[in-house]
Amino acid sequence: MAHSPEEIRKHVRFYIGVFGALLVLSAITVGVSYIHIGPPESNTGNIAVGLLIATVKAGLVAAFFMHLAGEKPLIYRVLLFTVIFVIGLFGLCIFAFHDDIPALF
Amino acid sequence: MEIPYTVSARQDTGLWNAKIGIWLFLASEVMLFGGLFSAYIFLRLGAGSVPGYVWPMHVLNVPLGFVNTLVLIGSSVTVILSWAALKLGEWKNFKLWMGLTLALSLTFLVIKSFEYKAKFTHYGVFLKSGEVITGHHLHAADDHLTIVPDEGHGHGAAKGGHGETGKADAAAGHGAEKADAGHATDPATLKGVSRQADGSLRIEKSEVFRYANHGPKYNTFYAIYFTLTGLHALHVIGGALVLGYFFFRGHVLYQKAPEHLANRVEVGGLFWHFVDLVWIFLFPLLYLL
Repeated sequence: MAHSPEEIRKHVRFYIGVFGALLVLSAITVGVSYIHIGPPESNTGNIAVGLLIATVKAGLVAAFFMHLAGEKPLIYRVLLFTVIFVIGLFGLCIFAFHDDIPALF
Repeated sequence: MEIPYTVSARQDTGLWNAKIGIWLFLASEVMLFGGLFSAYIFLRLGAGSVPGYVWPMHVLNVPLGFVNTLVLIGSSVTVILSWAALKLGEWKNFKLWMGLTLALSLTFLVIKSFEYKAKFTHYGVFLKSGEVITGHHLHAADDHLTIVPDEGHGHGAAKGGHGETGKADAAAGHGAEKADAGHATDPATLKGVSRQADGSLRIEKSEVFRYANHGPKYNTFYAIYFTLTGLHALHVIGGALVLGYFFFRGHVLYQKAPEHLANRVEVGGLFWHFVDLVWIFLFPLLYLL
């Protein structure tokens, strides 16, 4: 990444914009958590909305602060494997949860 | 020995080496936190399958957690501004933004330690009858406990079963307190509990199932809360040490190879953003949902 001074100054203004977006999303996620969303007697709706906002925030940080928008292919390849393995890890956990051991329950 | 490709990119990868290094390290960090997050999912799903159990929600200090979220996001911006300042050759601005980053990381840790202290000095007494009395200033004598009970819903007492799971654990939870507010009992009327002249409660040990502060052993929620935030706080400390090194010793490298220092700060910054990223998920999962 070759950066000219003008480019960097432009980037800095953009980073401040992303910072503003992150602040707004943080405030929204707190506010929304006090409003019941989704089916009654269940907080599935709230969890979905909370995680959605968190994912958007994480996406902003990764894409712009961590320069992932416009990174070299090798980094993407490393992260592709990371994503696959993390999903596998979460999947194992869900599979294990649905595989009751009858003697214990 | 000269380490190659600290500034210029390697032909085959198109990257300077430290960039690949930090991303491989962050990939392994994703797996580390991924394992703990899946533990959280597992515990929460398991808790949901226990009838009547309410996963504690909004039991942590949300305003402090929110402030810490802003602090960490703010420090993510200041660290990138310090990198941009180096790229522009503005040493003074680098020092300013990096110093601010360090101050914010310290602020985060101070706030977090106040939150921890509040939990470590807040107790819950689980009675054999299934009631839970929460409060402060717990003292244990040979045959009884004294505690200053919490004010508010149910005067610190909530109905529930005892044990590791069961509704008793939700006594600390928002939902349970609300649900029990309707038929709140004065804890002093419970068996083996009496009110003393100073307003504190005397609880006979023969009626006590167990008692603990709101530390990791209090219930499953606090166990995973302290595990996740504790490991995250260690990462904040580690990141602050590295960034602190750039702040205090960066001038040595800056005089020799300013681009090299800028790349180091970028790598340290990448780690710092990752720490911020983990908190972005921790805050809603533990404080809000």
